[in-house]
Amino acid sequence: MSTRTLTVVTAGLNRPSTTRLLADRLAAATELALRERDLSAAVEFVELREVAHDLTDNLLTGFPSPALRAALDTVARADGLIAVTPIFTASYSGLFKTFFDVLDSGALVGKPALIAATAGTVRHSLALDHALRPLFSYLRASVAPTGVFAASEDWGTGGGVAGPALADRIDRAGGELALLVAARGPQAPADPFDVSTPFEQLLAGG
Amino acid sequence: MQFGVFTVGDVTPDPTNGRTPTEAERIKAMVTIALKAEEVGLDVFATGEHHNPPFVPSSPTTMLGYIAARTERLILSTSTTLITTNDPVKIAEDYAMLQHLADGRVDLMMGRGNTGPVYPWFGKNIRDGIALAVENYALLRRLWREDVVNWEGTFRTPLQSFTSVPRPLDGVPPFVWHGSIRSPEIAEQAAYYGDGFFHNNIFWPMEHTRQMVELYRRRYAHYGHGRPDQAIVGLGGQVFLRRNSQDAVREFRPYFDNAPVYGHGPSLEDFTEQTPLTVGSPQEVIDRTLGFRDHVGDYQRQLFLMDHAGLPLKTVLEQLDLLGEEVVPVLRREFDALRPADVPTAPTHADLVAAANTGEVTG
Repeated sequence: MSTRTLTVVTAGLNRPSTTRLLADRLAAATELALRERDLSAAVEFVELREVAHDLTDNLLTGFPSPALRAALDTVARADGLIAVTPIFTASYSGLFKTFFDVLDSGALVGKPALIAATAGTVRHSLALDHALRPLFSYLRASVAPTGVFAASEDWGTGGGVAGPALADRIDRAGGELALLVAARGPQAPADPFDVSTPFEQLLAGG
Repeated sequence: MQFGVFTVGDVTPDPTNGRTPTEAERIKAMVTIALKAEEVGLDVFATGEHHNPPFVPSSPTTMLGYIAARTERLILSTSTTLITTNDPVKIAEDYAMLQHLADGRVDLMMGRGNTGPVYPWFGKNIRDGIALAVENYALLRRLWREDVVNWEGTFRTPLQSFTSVPRPLDGVPPFVWHGSIRSPEIAEQAAYYGDGFFHNNIFWPMEHTRQMVELYRRRYAHYGHGRPDQAIVGLGGQVFLRRNSQDAVREFRPYFDNAPVYGHGPSLEDFTEQTPLTVGSPQEVIDRTLGFRDHVGDYQRQLFLMDHAGLPLKTVLEQLDLLGEEVVPVLRREFDALRPADVPTAPTHADLVAAANTGEVTG
């Protein structure tokens, strides 16, 4: 059974964190769906709270601390990304955005990604599509069609007239991400110190 | 090995008393620092080129020409010359003129500028940054090496039957370094021509510097200029010295905490650990600087940033005394002893003239 790496970026601030709870569920669902495709998953979590100071320092100095470098590299080399943020003031949290601001702009190109968010009320649910999806489209990630939004009340609600239950949405999203990851195959991250254009070509104007 | 200072030329309030020097004071302080560099036995003074406040050095050859007249040994250089937005014709003329006035004590470092608007201010597009650096430098080389140039390119008016005057001193253009922090294309450019590569690592982790220098060395050999370890490498450095380490840390901390580039960010301790910044005793600076060689191999030029973030001139001059008297002589001895005989030093004008006379064409 060959292996695919999944990196889960989670921006929850509380301990315990509902955002992390959702992230765990999404990772498990994706892992299960990969297994059905005869693939095993190596899952790594990046808790942004642990690098919150490092992220601010990176904004100010232009380079990441060793701990943040490790987190950024984990995302860059993953075969699939699960990104989960709490919704603050009608959008992703500032901490979440900062992480993707300092990530190399090419790190997510073509990378299968699943977006998810948590909030206190379902009235924020469109933030997934008006804030997170454009962000990852800009970074040219391959975003799964289903984004998963979990409001507080979802943690105590089954399926019904309001739509499928949280558990069903999680399974569907995990299945979609697994499909994208399996279809793309394992990826090696680009070497930023690779000479992609020989100098003769640069001289010739290309 | 060459040692020197490079200055950004920032006008920054002294955070300990709120006093901001005038432009006149800052410009004269830069000159005083250059003269002090020669007095304490350093080899190089390099000035930045900026076209926006709070920086003063927009006209490097005016300043360097003045310093040339008041020094005898010091090599005058830049950190950096904007190869992107300056007209390469004007660079060819200005630095050839400086070469004559300074009796050859001139080299320069090409760079691309510190602020986005400098491109539109000079009628260029920042998205052409690399292409400008490539085309302009290719023209600059021809202007220095060919008496009559016919040229047509993308970014400036064509030239027919153009001769750049004065011709370079002794028919030998100044040695050129290319500075870049994170563009592999610039390391590639330096390697292609067999020019020097300078990594201004003062705000960057050594691991990043190591990889950029390694790329340059590998490509230098690829283009047939010599072995990778024979390539010409320069590094930045940033130090604050007092005889006692604790005094250095105590005195430098307010300048660090409020510094324009990294202030209000990481702690002095974290930044010292993650970048080459060294705040401490002369021995600590010696040990740290010698350690750079473990990352990049034998290198040819070490420039220190000594005069930014509002440090008063008096303090900077004291720093230069310590650097020149207690640090550099030891570094010079140690680095020279470690460097194999067939790894060259950074070429001076005399070296380039000698090489030209023996038919050994450099670059």
